[in-house]
Amino acid sequence: QKVSVEVLDHLEHLALVDFRDSEGVERLQNAIQFADQLHEVNTDAVEPMDSVLEDRCLYLREDDVTEGNCTKELLENAREKVEEYFVAPPGNIPLPKLEERDTFLQGS
Amino acid sequence: MAARGCGGAWRRGWQRGRTLPGPAPGPFPRGQRVVACNARGGAVPAGKSGLAPWVPVVGLEIHAQISSNSKLFSGSQVQFAAPPNSLVSFFDASLPGTLPVLNRRCVEAAVMTGLALNCSINKKSLFDRKHYFYADLPAGYQITQQRVPIAVNGSLSYSLCIDNKMSQMVTKTVRIKQIQLEQDSGKSLHDDTRSQTLVDLNRAGVGLMEVVMEPDMCCGEEAAAAVRELQLILQTLGSSQAVMAEGQLRVDANVSVHHPGEPYGVRTEVKNINSIRFLAKAVDYEIQRQIEELENGGTILNETRAFDSKLGCTVPMRDKEGKQDYRFMPEPNLPPLILYDAKSLPANMNHQQVINIDWIHERLPDLPSVKREKLVEQYGILPEHSFALLNEDGLAEFYENVVKQTRMKPKRVIGWVLNDLLSYLKQHSLTVKESPVSSFLLADLLNLLEKKEISSTAAKQVLAELWKGEGKTPLEIVKEQKLQLLQDQKELEQICQAVIDRQENE
Repeated sequence: QKVSVEVLDHLEHLALVDFRDSEGVERLQNAIQFADQLHEVNTDAVEPMDSVLEDRCLYLREDDVTEGNCTKELLENAREKVEEYFVAPPGNIPLPKLEERDTFLQGS
Repeated sequence: MAARGCGGAWRRGWQRGRTLPGPAPGPFPRGQRVVACNARGGAVPAGKSGLAPWVPVVGLEIHAQISSNSKLFSGSQVQFAAPPNSLVSFFDASLPGTLPVLNRRCVEAAVMTGLALNCSINKKSLFDRKHYFYADLPAGYQITQQRVPIAVNGSLSYSLCIDNKMSQMVTKTVRIKQIQLEQDSGKSLHDDTRSQTLVDLNRAGVGLMEVVMEPDMCCGEEAAAAVRELQLILQTLGSSQAVMAEGQLRVDANVSVHHPGEPYGVRTEVKNINSIRFLAKAVDYEIQRQIEELENGGTILNETRAFDSKLGCTVPMRDKEGKQDYRFMPEPNLPPLILYDAKSLPANMNHQQVINIDWIHERLPDLPSVKREKLVEQYGILPEHSFALLNEDGLAEFYENVVKQTRMKPKRVIGWVLNDLLSYLKQHSLTVKESPVSSFLLADLLNLLEKKEISSTAAKQVLAELWKGEGKTPLEIVKEQKLQLLQDQKELEQICQAVIDRQENE
């Protein structure tokens, strides 16, 4: 079962990944196939486990101020800054639609 | 518009926009009262003549910032105004290698709030990641509780006035779907001239309680009253200071309309509502807009709209294009949150690691509704009086202090506090704390009145003088302005005779 172009396009929008070429798409399909093996196990009436940590105790921290005040350090890696603010583009720039993108998926 | 319920046409009601007379001490917004709901149920206003009536449906999503010293998952400080990016830890900035550590105080705040709203507290709740890209969300996801939140299935009761006279109050209830813990995002400052956004992460990671109210409301007034009551409850609990102006309480409204008997219509989400007054306006505008659109043969898009307070209308929001897919997944770095009660308390655990729901329940303060009942019972005042007392910060204590220090009956004192004192405060935009007239001074004045040493009119004059805050006592003012009631028969006769004589001479 191949993954449709619509789904691949949707994924590119959501995760801002670029499947780039047929190898990338194939790697995705192989990963899905690998994970699909889980369907062979009968899980009727079994609660899904979403973390191996489920039996661990969730540690609760006291409400004390112990961090912060490191503006200079945080801004060190910022390519652009304005008076201690990080600088970002004016808004989200959505990925152009499939027809308008220069992408491998176009040809599929 | 009819005084009771929604007798008039919806459209007519909108255009007329009646104003509430006098000061509005109630829990609902002052100023324009655009729409009234039928006290017996949902509003069923008539559309254009001949068309079927519309039933508006309003649900709310409220984000309340938790009142705590540090953030939900990190130890950086929570504070409103601070130099940009100074209250940010490595985790808040989403630097690699950092992990979330849950703040105990935030959990307690959520449990308190859940209990106060009659919710079932989930002894096991889970954390999830909600993914979307935005400059003020450095991790690219928000940690929230989508699958199993901390509290579910509660209710909130609030009161409304049926008519403008405030003499008839009706109680309504809205169901609380759930309360969940989640992270706040940073703040974006849009600089359109330079085509850039400045990002301050001070707010990123602050704990939020999201309270989801079911669509049980039918107009702006109901939504506003429900939020006002929630605000009072949060402030009483101390779980949130809930000041809308400081962004500690944010409300998004979900609005739709449909004909009675038909399925619910398409709903829109309204954001950018900055005060309780604007909430009522935004909801009523959106209801009206949808009705007009549908009556003109148009359709309603399932979109997000922003409320423009200057224009008093809602407009489509730019950045929200298409339906968002948040790709929810369990937060892998946090095990389930387990809460205990008296029965399930584990024997060998460190106390600091254990949250006991029953222990919290026992220590809940009196909620506003309970406080109001006690005031009515104790002092014999009307329910609407107790509403007015609790609606203003510090006013209830002020009233009780006056009552303690005067022999005047509480039922008489209430008039002086609500009509005279409160209107002075409102006129000069002062809080009770800032009042130049203390409860001691007012009690002193009322004692003079009670002993019949001055008349009611004279008392108002003295109050006006006291308001100047020049440090004089009521008795001093009475003597200065010669306001004492004369009791001496002879003196009164002399004065009357003098007046009669003067009349004869003219």
